[in-house]
Amino acid sequence: MDAVWGAVLKIFGEYGASKCGLALIDYKSEEKLAILRVVHTEVETVRAAIALITKIKEKPAALHVLTVSGTIKALYKKLKQRG
Amino acid sequence: MKRKYVDLHLRPDLRNEQKAKNMINKAAALGYSLVGLTLSPNFRKDEMNRLKCLCSEAGVDFVSRIDLKPRSPKELLDSLRKFRRRVEVIAVMCESKNVARQAAKDRRVDLLNFPSTDFHRRFFDKPEAELASNSLVALEIDLQPLLLLEGIVRIRLLASLRREVAIALGFRIPIVVSSGVTDEMLVRKPLEQAALALLFSLDKVVALSAVSENPLAIVRRNRAKLDSKFVAPGIRLIRRGTDC
Repeated sequence: MDAVWGAVLKIFGEYGASKCGLALIDYKSEEKLAILRVVHTEVETVRAAIALITKIKEKPAALHVLTVSGTIKALYKKLKQRG
Repeated sequence: MKRKYVDLHLRPDLRNEQKAKNMINKAAALGYSLVGLTLSPNFRKDEMNRLKCLCSEAGVDFVSRIDLKPRSPKELLDSLRKFRRRVEVIAVMCESKNVARQAAKDRRVDLLNFPSTDFHRRFFDKPEAELASNSLVALEIDLQPLLLLEGIVRIRLLASLRREVAIALGFRIPIVVSSGVTDEMLVRKPLEQAALALLFSLDKVVALSAVSENPLAIVRRNRAKLDSKFVAPGIRLIRRGTDC
């Protein structure tokens, strides 16, 4: 989450970060899956920021957005369908 | 119809087959239908066939590509004469104004590329765009520098890209957004690439075209031209024989 906040702050600044309304909803460490809440108008902003992450704690890393949904229930359903 | 996503600029180390395979597999897993792999100027046919096999095993279509870095317009013309019938996509890295002008005028060139960190050598201005608008060339933007650069250099790059994109849109020059990556960890999903394009003020619709329709159109056009049945633009051999 720090990495995501850091990326948003770095590229969009405090003003941009304040518009996103980022919050961590769920994190599954075994599957390395995180569910983030973001203001719907800033989805592409956060997607771009996440794409810019190349390191987490000095280790090479790459984060990808699997899917986007308006509700958590529908999100879990989509994730289940994707397997 | 489902959109097909294309990354025309993957640059794995072709001397290491495993790394190339990993990159191709990663691109396939992230949703790309076609990938363009940069070949060296002295590539062999068996090397190209091997890459084609790797791509078909991963379930992606292979697009052969070569990046030219000519030092003079004459060298560019010689290279185009040599490579145009052998590869599907030709990109020119323009490091001088003369080369940039010649590349923009030439209909054999598919993509124009400019150095990411040397801002004095980014020659994509209005005269360049006017020349490019009369040929079939597209402006290519590689995203790897955006991922790796930080601070003032990235800020300047974004400013440069924003200006060039505005010029390209003004002259209706197609824009192609590619990854340009050398490492599989830097490969990004098509929608992520389109989102990164928003950083230099590319509209969402145009950004999605830049990762799908525009590169696909280049590949289709060149494949039709390289086909043995191609005669001239708009003319194709259908059947040959005595009683056609």
